[in-house]
Amino acid sequence: MPHVVFTPALQRHVTCPPADVEGSTVREALERVFRENPRARGYVLDEQGALRKHMAVFIDGETVQDRIGLSDGVGADSQIYVMQALSGG
Amino acid sequence: MADRLFAATRKGLFTIDRSAAGWRVTRSAFLGDPVSIVMDAGGGWMYASLGLGHFGVKLHRSTDGGETWEECGTPAYPPKPEGLDDRDGNGRPVEWRTEMIWALAPAGPDQPDALWCGTLPGGLFRSEDAGSTWELNRPLWDNPDRKKWFGGGAEIPGLHSICVDPRDSRRVLVGVSCGGAWLTEDGGASWACRAQGMRAEYMPPERQFDPVIQDPHIVVQCRDEPEKLWAQHHNGIFRTTDGAGSWQEIKDVPPSVFGFAVAVHPQDGDTAWFVPAVKDERRIPVDGKVVVTRTRDGGKSFDVLREGLPQEHAYDLTFRHALDIDGSGDRLAFGSTTGSLWVTEDQGDHWQCVSSNLPPVYCVRFARS
Repeated sequence: MPHVVFTPALQRHVTCPPADVEGSTVREALERVFRENPRARGYVLDEQGALRKHMAVFIDGETVQDRIGLSDGVGADSQIYVMQALSGG
Repeated sequence: MADRLFAATRKGLFTIDRSAAGWRVTRSAFLGDPVSIVMDAGGGWMYASLGLGHFGVKLHRSTDGGETWEECGTPAYPPKPEGLDDRDGNGRPVEWRTEMIWALAPAGPDQPDALWCGTLPGGLFRSEDAGSTWELNRPLWDNPDRKKWFGGGAEIPGLHSICVDPRDSRRVLVGVSCGGAWLTEDGGASWACRAQGMRAEYMPPERQFDPVIQDPHIVVQCRDEPEKLWAQHHNGIFRTTDGAGSWQEIKDVPPSVFGFAVAVHPQDGDTAWFVPAVKDERRIPVDGKVVVTRTRDGGKSFDVLREGLPQEHAYDLTFRHALDIDGSGDRLAFGSTTGSLWVTEDQGDHWQCVSSNLPPVYCVRFARS
């Protein structure tokens, strides 16, 4: 199962422990996490469901390409890192 | 008279209390986080909006006067209809996303759980349950003239002023940069632009008096004379004495008519205070001297108040929500972009510095009793 890790900076606002979740796209994997932890959703995605402007998601070290649809594929052993983008200051 | 005030800043929310030793910072919350607005709804209920750079806008509330806080609901725009070409007055696409909370107000004493909230990109929200859930006011958002609004200081339009008529909470006037002033008389079911008389130098001549693109930086309403409102506008000072039916420009105010903030006396709608700066292209105090201007006669004449304020090489700018007056009308406080905070207890004749070392101040509010 894909493994999702959230930036430590987020933990100050909402606890987001690492999680192993089902999913074939980054959207599916993240939505599995948010189903268990709904408050975390608004910290990572905006109300239209897009990745927040100053957030970054990496799949196996590569930046997510589809920041709106989050349709990038993930493999069974993928490591998904939800990080702060440096653009946010 | 209020013995407590709050300062929302770039790096936290601070409580300032009056004691025998003077006004002192006594408490902090959200240290390190930008707090755009603080609002005391009375009875211990308070709200603070956070603009977390990476993680978005959040709203927190307190039921114990700011001692403890919990996250509540954040105003969120509904899904943007697919294929909708929604553009602002500059032709830029409007993102249906809360970029900042820029105004918070109780909806009226007859509906104690209800709140109004103004945002960038211009949406007005309402909560019926003390901030747990919010709904976008569609009549204003769907008004065709909303597409003429554009950004002022921010790149996108923002709703910064909410004046709930003390006589009738269904009458609400909101101010938008740059979208004029809008009045509802039916609790938000319908809206009419009420910015006749405002003047916009930043527009070509044929559109300078177009009401729907005006840039009132802030609009305030007199509590006991609600027909009298004041606007510190991008192009000067404007006043209405007929409930925003028409606005009159107040000219030739020393040292400048430019600024962001205005406070009106709660009992006397002819008395108001401003914190001027040079002009829009040079946003610093005139001659490096921080002053407050005060009129007691509806704008016919002004006093320039400087006792206790820095008079050399001071470059403090006061943002639109960073000046407030207490319920008595005697005490005022204002904060600045360079982290200064001043209080007066005699309507501005004398000022005392509370701090010169706060983070940039966004919003100053006296506690409600």
